[in-house]
Amino acid sequence: MYAQMVKSEGTAAAEMSPEERAFQDRIDRGEKIEPRDWMPDDYRKTLIRQMGQHAHSEIVGQLPEGNWITRAPTLERKAILLAKVQDEAGHGLYLYSAAETLGVSRDELFEKLHSGAMKYSSIFNYPTLTWADMGAVGWLVDGAAIMNQVPLQRTSYGPYARAMVRICKEESFHQRQGYAIMMKMAQGTPEQKEMAQDALNRFWGSALMMFGPSDKDSVHSARSMAWRIKMNTNDELRQKFVDETVPQADYLGLTVPDETCVWNAERGHYDFADPDWEEFFEVLKGNGPCNAERLQARRDAWENGAWFRDGLNAYAGKAAARRAAAALAAE
Amino acid sequence: MPSLPDMGTPDVMALARAAADAQPHPHDPHVADLALRPAFFDWLCRMGDNALILGHRLSEWCGHGPALEEDIALANTALDLIGHAQLWLGLAAEVEGQGRSADDLAFLRDTLKFRNVKLVELPNGDMAVTLVRQFLFDAWAFGMLKGLATSTSPRVAGIAAKALKEVSYHLERSSDLVVRLGDGTGESHARMQDALDRLWPYAGELFAADAVDEAVAAAGIAPALADLKPDWQRIVDEVLAEATLTRPEVRFDVHLGGKQGRHTEHLGYILAPMQFLQRAYPGASW
Repeated sequence: MYAQMVKSEGTAAAEMSPEERAFQDRIDRGEKIEPRDWMPDDYRKTLIRQMGQHAHSEIVGQLPEGNWITRAPTLERKAILLAKVQDEAGHGLYLYSAAETLGVSRDELFEKLHSGAMKYSSIFNYPTLTWADMGAVGWLVDGAAIMNQVPLQRTSYGPYARAMVRICKEESFHQRQGYAIMMKMAQGTPEQKEMAQDALNRFWGSALMMFGPSDKDSVHSARSMAWRIKMNTNDELRQKFVDETVPQADYLGLTVPDETCVWNAERGHYDFADPDWEEFFEVLKGNGPCNAERLQARRDAWENGAWFRDGLNAYAGKAAARRAAAALAAE
Repeated sequence: MPSLPDMGTPDVMALARAAADAQPHPHDPHVADLALRPAFFDWLCRMGDNALILGHRLSEWCGHGPALEEDIALANTALDLIGHAQLWLGLAAEVEGQGRSADDLAFLRDTLKFRNVKLVELPNGDMAVTLVRQFLFDAWAFGMLKGLATSTSPRVAGIAAKALKEVSYHLERSSDLVVRLGDGTGESHARMQDALDRLWPYAGELFAADAVDEAVAAAGIAPALADLKPDWQRIVDEVLAEATLTRPEVRFDVHLGGKQGRHTEHLGYILAPMQFLQRAYPGASW
């Protein structure tokens, strides 16, 4: 998922009000919560944070891949990449719209993104340096996102769950496109293979970080799990990702940059080393390689577009007034 | 999740190729007409390069649009145009008969060989420049593609029919935005008028016929450019009037030459990143 470190506070079962108890019972029965239903304030707030972060990640996530649209090596690759990045913008749109059903406007969420009050996924603060990165981002970053997002199709909040159904379909297509690029590169010239391995080396650790800190350090997830806003623990999903990805890397003839990454027959899983959590927290604080550029690009797009949005609003106002005047004259 | 390594395996790729090859092209006498070949090739490059370079320019907006809906719409338009470029340049390569592909034409020709009009290579500027450029082009492309429906070349008519569906929508959208922003705030009006004043002297190249245009018109492949002008002027005048914008008094055919390979300085800076990978790693497959 593209939400990380979303905190949810809550009350213990014994302290629940009757309303909260009934709400929790509905969730436990697997019912969907809809916008007009009663919900605890914390449920609403936590969801707004989580969906907002997810939406922000989609639109900031346009930037590292958008970076290569003008340099795509063939017309077909250019069209595929453009379509993919456009899909990400579309995901942002679904998610901002879903968040609006909780009573927060898109403009408010943008403002929080631009002021730094809300985060987006740290993965997008890393640079895309070669064409192989378009493969690695699709394969690993979208792949990690899918791990998180597939369970969210069953999340308790109806509009979020329905948005995730569409998003997951497109994301799994993106992952295949990314893998197709990696296959071409891994089977290509020695230079292309070198780019492919280098991209895997650079994105492996940060992809593992996308699942968030280890469960033992993640104290805020219990309430979100009870509310079915979060469906699996960070470590479960990370393990699942590693188990699926290592054989895919083997197939490409590429090596996962972790010497300790071996199959553990006893556990029935791959063992693997923790990513560099110190780096994770540094990037989260704003000290990643591209934090400043990414945020500035979003702020610039917003500020430079103000006259455009104002113009459209002004026209809509005039057109409405003209319609009203015409209706009055017709009476 | 389905297993990723299934994709792109030789058997799957062979099936895809066989399916593509099985789609027959209609017989087209012009494709093998040796006398017409140089003009037909040049004209197809003009059609393809206009779409490619404008699509490329629009794709530069991706992730930087003024509103999410606009970001998506710009990418969508770019995607359509890149698709048209693939078709026009693919046919150009076939007509040329030198074994080149659409990608070879897009990524391995230098500035002097590009045949797009100067209008489409001009920098994006603000959204006003991008939209006015788009509108002036869409209004021309709409008329051209409509005219190509009755082309004596079935291959050309086929591509045009597909492209026209998309370009009709592009024109609807760019006209609508020109009206809204022209008649929006004082600032949006001023920006749109300024963009129009700056771009107007480039629009005439779309109608400046040379021997190439005359040869394909004489062969019945494409309409004569002069015949497209009255409809274009009508569309432009109607939209500008509704947008409360003033049609510039200056000549509209000042900046010519793009179609003959004499471009602005900007084209080189489009081709440099666009062609980088193909130039840096010759012969690699992507």
